[in-house]
Amino acid sequence: MPGQWMKSFACWPAMHKEESKVMKNNLFALVKKESLHILRDKRTMLIVILIPVVLIVLFGFAISTEVNNVNVAVVAPDRTNGVNDAVNRIAHNDYFTFCGYINQDQIDQQLRSGKVSAVIVFAPDFDRRLEQIYAGLPSTPIIQLIVDASDVNSAGAATAYMQEILLGTASQQAMFETRMLFNPQMKSAYNFVPGIMGLIFILVCAMMTSVSIVREKEVGTMEVLLVSPMRPTKVFFAKMIPYFVISCVVLIIILLLSYYLLHVPMSGGVWGIFSMSLLYVLLSLSLGLLVSIVVKTQVAALLLSGMVMMLPMLLLSGMLFPIENFPKFFEVLSNVVPARWYIEGIRKMMIQGSPFVAVWKEFAILLGMTVIFFGVSLIKFNDKLE
Amino acid sequence: MSETVISVRNLTKRFGDFTAVNNISFDVYQGEIFGFLGANGAGKTTAMRMLCGLSYPTSGSGTVAGFNVMREGEMIKRHIGYMSQRFSLYNTLTVGENIKLFAGIYGLSKQVTAKRSDELLARLKFSSERNTLVKALPLGWKQKLAFAIAGIHRPEIIFLDEPTGGVDPVTRRQFWEMIYEAAEGGTTIFVTTHYMDEAEYCSRVSIMVDGEVRALDTPTRLKQQFNAGSMDEVFRMLARDAQRGE
Amino acid sequence: MRPFIVLLNKEFIKLRRDSFLPKLIVILPIALMLIAPLLVRMDVRNVNVAVVDLDHSTTSHRIVSHIKASEYLSLIGATAEFDLAMKGLEEGTIDIIVQIPDHFERDMAVSTPEKISIIANAVNATKGSMGTQYVVQTIAHALVEFGNEKSPNQLSEVVTVQNRYNPTLNYPHYMIPALMIIIFILVCGFLPALSIVEEKEVGTIEQINVSPVNRFDFTLSKLIPYWVIGFFALIVAMVIAHFVYGLIPAGSVWVIFLGTTLFILTISGFSLTMANFSNTMQQIMFVMFFFIMIFILMSGLLTPIDSMPDWAQTFTLLLPPRYFTDILRSVYLRGTTIAELWQNFVALGSFAIIFNILAAVTYKKQA
Repeated sequence: MPGQWMKSFACWPAMHKEESKVMKNNLFALVKKESLHILRDKRTMLIVILIPVVLIVLFGFAISTEVNNVNVAVVAPDRTNGVNDAVNRIAHNDYFTFCGYINQDQIDQQLRSGKVSAVIVFAPDFDRRLEQIYAGLPSTPIIQLIVDASDVNSAGAATAYMQEILLGTASQQAMFETRMLFNPQMKSAYNFVPGIMGLIFILVCAMMTSVSIVREKEVGTMEVLLVSPMRPTKVFFAKMIPYFVISCVVLIIILLLSYYLLHVPMSGGVWGIFSMSLLYVLLSLSLGLLVSIVVKTQVAALLLSGMVMMLPMLLLSGMLFPIENFPKFFEVLSNVVPARWYIEGIRKMMIQGSPFVAVWKEFAILLGMTVIFFGVSLIKFNDKLE
Repeated sequence: MSETVISVRNLTKRFGDFTAVNNISFDVYQGEIFGFLGANGAGKTTAMRMLCGLSYPTSGSGTVAGFNVMREGEMIKRHIGYMSQRFSLYNTLTVGENIKLFAGIYGLSKQVTAKRSDELLARLKFSSERNTLVKALPLGWKQKLAFAIAGIHRPEIIFLDEPTGGVDPVTRRQFWEMIYEAAEGGTTIFVTTHYMDEAEYCSRVSIMVDGEVRALDTPTRLKQQFNAGSMDEVFRMLARDAQRGE
Repeated sequence: MRPFIVLLNKEFIKLRRDSFLPKLIVILPIALMLIAPLLVRMDVRNVNVAVVDLDHSTTSHRIVSHIKASEYLSLIGATAEFDLAMKGLEEGTIDIIVQIPDHFERDMAVSTPEKISIIANAVNATKGSMGTQYVVQTIAHALVEFGNEKSPNQLSEVVTVQNRYNPTLNYPHYMIPALMIIIFILVCGFLPALSIVEEKEVGTIEQINVSPVNRFDFTLSKLIPYWVIGFFALIVAMVIAHFVYGLIPAGSVWVIFLGTTLFILTISGFSLTMANFSNTMQQIMFVMFFFIMIFILMSGLLTPIDSMPDWAQTFTLLLPPRYFTDILRSVYLRGTTIAELWQNFVALGSFAIIFNILAAVTYKKQA
């Protein structure tokens, strides 16, 4: 079987000039047909372009994994100066929204209904006991933080910030000098842009291509193309070219938006990002081809690419969820997910500004995967024909 | 010829600035086999879809089985059967299940369904295929089954949209025998076709060109009128100066 | 009644005969519930810290051992070479570098020492900021402890923290309700739309349109199988949540059922409405993908709505999953009662009515 497709490749350059011209025209005609088909479906085109734009805007401006606007209520039996001071500091902090004083017996209801996410309970006689502490005398706890821990991240962050504010550990803060490398403004978006790219290319290249090829199989037009004098492999190339072009357009849109709208630095060089992305596009196209060869119906193509590409992409690639948090087994498993390497490579080049040579490992792995998937789909494809 | 079952006056359908069906008028009488001819893109299917209550006319009027095509589409649907050019039975259901489904859709009771489905299968000599999935049947069989199912609720009119496309000559012959049988039973048949030999079998034939009805009469009289030897010639003379094709 | 029964029967037969769908319907909820909670963790753990110790004193050793002991931080190594650590940071093996300056201990005893510098890889902003926070706290703790050997007062015990509703800070518990919602969106949102558009492409829907079938009957026959499947998924998910993750609803199971019913109605109605406007599988796939993406990202499933800017928060009011996320999380984790959630129920109920009416109205038998 491998001989079969090797042969079909080998004879390519040996083709007579005239023949190759005819073939080229054929190829062009097919590409044109497929492009027209795609362009005519305006809604799909619109959405393909819209998805990256909306994702960039959402991640850039709407979604934040940072914890903000935590609603806080206070229980204070005595509203002493010390309490007022502390509450003022909370109320003026950007992380918190002060929701007023409540009674001890309202705590449960307020938290349960979700009206507030944290309650600060000051001990009676707060000021006097605070003084005792400053004087170095032993004391029982004087502040209790009751936190809605159902959202683990918010709870953790809120607790840390509240302790800092209430205890005035700010004095200790002076001991540290912190630097946030690569993302000094702490934009959540930076982390997600490479993931968005990985997601879109799988969607456009793998899912769209496989569904469109299988559609021709279902309708029966694929037969017509296959009995034509064109080599079958070319028929498939012709189907892929327009999707490749769309991917390039999408890539340019994403890069422009990231640079001008999100101010992602991209100091590692645009060409590196481009080459890596084009390689990944080819990889996705081979995956789409493979799926389209294996299945018979559009629904199956859709579900299979959803199951074998989309879910691993979303869960295992490190796009949203950090790989180092996975149990060991899945951490190892994530190595076979192509998107993981793509996202890592792009992250380094786009955000950390590493040069292309710094991502040679990721590039090599992607290249290897592309060769494997492409080879397997060609073998499978020739198997089917016989 | 007796009672009028389809009556159409100045029926028109436009899609944007494209007039698919332009001002057509005709009558169809009970029990006849009415051939609705035209090249691809002439507007046959669009016209037929308006008659079946699938599409609203842009202007004009018409009644099918006594109901208005503008306002009473759902009433028309109770009194007609329809078989479209695309195969329209459920592939993943068996022959028997498809019969039961469509009988049920037209509100036949369980007892009537059981009786008619036995009759239908016996007439088609399909009894042994009751539990076969439809997708496993040869195309010709599927088409015959689809026609039989289109008549399961004993409709007054059956609309057939290119029913014999891609079917072998023997099966086509059998198919037309089924059509004759139905027409003799008093059902009106409204059929579109590409095959001019089939046009010869019809009681009357209308020929559409560029969205308009250019000729309407019995095959014999049409041949006389155009001084032609066959319907094929008649059709070619009319379709020659067509503006729009495929 | 009879047309409706035969149509419904048809849907179940088709589903049963399908080679792929039944497997998907069973496997998807089980696989997602078993695997995803282990993966969808955005909590900050295992922050890799390297310490560049230029001081080599008792204090700096104490800091190192505190970092090593912290449950959130994992110590990659202590080195004297800053460049080595920086290389690790660029390659991604190190998240945070802590550099303790020369003579830190000595200077601290007499005056203000040179600052400890903390350098974080902030590509992941959450991890960068929370990791830094943890490092600062850990070091502060180490220093306080060191200082306390002179005075007995323990500052850190002045404040006590009580983590309600999830005292062990179990992140999977927080994500499980979200995953359930994602399952409902996929099963009851994606599949009915595909099923209708498939009939359009194959052409069988024409045969239905030309029959006197009532459009409500047809729409309902398409939806009911997916409602059944949705409930099956709910039960599977709840059982797995209970026995695998030990998560039992804190509130009433009936409130969960009611909310799920309303949500399944809403999302399947939405799905059919979209299907009515699409002619090919490729179209519906992209349209649904687009909306599902917005639903999942903007409904507070993964990131808190409270952290969004005001315009985005207002926008989320238009997203039905937003209300259900609130309901399911509150009832499951906090035991919130239906009386406290009535606004969410009213909103979800209205969406259910609107989308189902839209689905029936936009389904045109005659064009």
